[in-house]
Amino acid sequence: MHAGVVVAALLPLANLALRAATDHLGADPVEDITHTTGNWALRLLLASLAVTPLRRLLGVPALAPLRRSLGLLAFLYATLHALTYVGLDQGFHWQLLVEDVLERRYVTAGFAAWLCLLPLAATSTRRSMRRLGGARWTNLHRLIHVAAPLACIHYFWLVKTDLLPPFVYSAILAVLWLARLSLPGKDAVR
Amino acid sequence: MNCRSSEITAESLYLRRREFLRSAAAATAGLALAPAVGCEAEPQAKPVSGPGKELADVVPGPFSSDEQPTPWKKASSYNNFYEFGTDKDDPSRRAGSLRTEPWSVAIEGEVSKPGLVPLEDLLRGRVLEERIYRLRCVEAWSMVIPWVGIPLGEALRAFEPTSQAKFVEFTTLYDPEQMPGQRRRVLAWPYVEGLRIDEAMHPLSLLAVGMYGRVLPNQNGAPIRLVVPWKYGFKSIKSIVRIRFTREQPINSWNRSAPQEYGFYANVNPEVDHPRWSQARERRIGDFRKRPTLPFNGYAEQVAGLYRGMDLRAQF
Repeated sequence: MHAGVVVAALLPLANLALRAATDHLGADPVEDITHTTGNWALRLLLASLAVTPLRRLLGVPALAPLRRSLGLLAFLYATLHALTYVGLDQGFHWQLLVEDVLERRYVTAGFAAWLCLLPLAATSTRRSMRRLGGARWTNLHRLIHVAAPLACIHYFWLVKTDLLPPFVYSAILAVLWLARLSLPGKDAVR
Repeated sequence: MNCRSSEITAESLYLRRREFLRSAAAATAGLALAPAVGCEAEPQAKPVSGPGKELADVVPGPFSSDEQPTPWKKASSYNNFYEFGTDKDDPSRRAGSLRTEPWSVAIEGEVSKPGLVPLEDLLRGRVLEERIYRLRCVEAWSMVIPWVGIPLGEALRAFEPTSQAKFVEFTTLYDPEQMPGQRRRVLAWPYVEGLRIDEAMHPLSLLAVGMYGRVLPNQNGAPIRLVVPWKYGFKSIKSIVRIRFTREQPINSWNRSAPQEYGFYANVNPEVDHPRWSQARERRIGDFRKRPTLPFNGYAEQVAGLYRGMDLRAQF
């Protein structure tokens, strides 16, 4: 089950690689890669946030390891998304990139979301958890509740006029938060 | 594979379009030579939808760029036409529901000869010109498209605008049955655009009925659309059903939707950024690296004079 979910979450990446290799990306390949990786980063971020409420709802503790896997996969897609922007879109033009991060609010929000995920990915191992101590590790990993809304805001701020997709993702995030509140855990780590 | 020769010729020759057009004899020779090549080389490059019928008697027009045209397949499958959905591939997938025949354009407002003009009458007696123009989208991508059409100014003058006609307002068809994207109010339908009368009369402004030597595909704004190459793409309104001459400056749809982001003039200007992204560079579809955006999309020599004395930062 766990391996199945991980493989499924990697399929969009495999599909993207296949389309890139066979020249089947969209008319603007950079845009295609940017949108695909960005969309899946957000979807997997929300999926990782769904694990805990689902685990409590179903009473299946075995689901717990999925949270880390989905979180890391979200980070993978988010990193590819950021690298696409930095390298393919802006051509590693650092001056323009700094300007973008400082002046374009959707870039600022997206960059901040990725920055929030970075320490979570870095401390995702059991060893890090032990070294930091349960309480501190848990506090640090609450950053996911900052990263997810930042990612939604990033989406809201970049669309031209069709707010429906970012709205749908934000609504899912809201439902997941409500589920978390209404299904309090017995365990210490939330 | 079974290909009609009429489909193939345009495919194999469109990149050499102007040589093709220069001589009828050359075109005839091309017809004989083309089939095998075109059919094998680009089997998927057929029109995505729409009739795609080849247009006869097209002559090369002025102002054409000698840049490599964007492949037909990309120009007809990567479109912003929110009447059919907000994704770039929505128009090519969904525009089949648009009925372009019969089609009439209502001529209204400050004009001596108003009326409902069938498309055939609008084109009757006019020479179809091919104009290879750069197209710069406000989203910072661009294409090069060989349009086929008639000069807008000549078409408008035939209706004898009065001295009160200071602006021209264009309106797209509103029919959610044919244009399923209109079922969602992502913009205030119908789509409206406008030009100042001197912009409309400028020889660069084109009323296009075709591209790549063929009838416009529905997703590219069939059966008749505006092409104003020195302005961002959203000014070049598609599937026009009404042209109204006005005293007051029309309110164009994107300006209504987000006035701080989209102005009335919308001249391509690398110096004036969109509030959320830079307009200094653009990606030519098919290219990997971005290129610098040119003032007035490279048509400054022709049109900069229209805006002398205006503050283009304020009047963006």
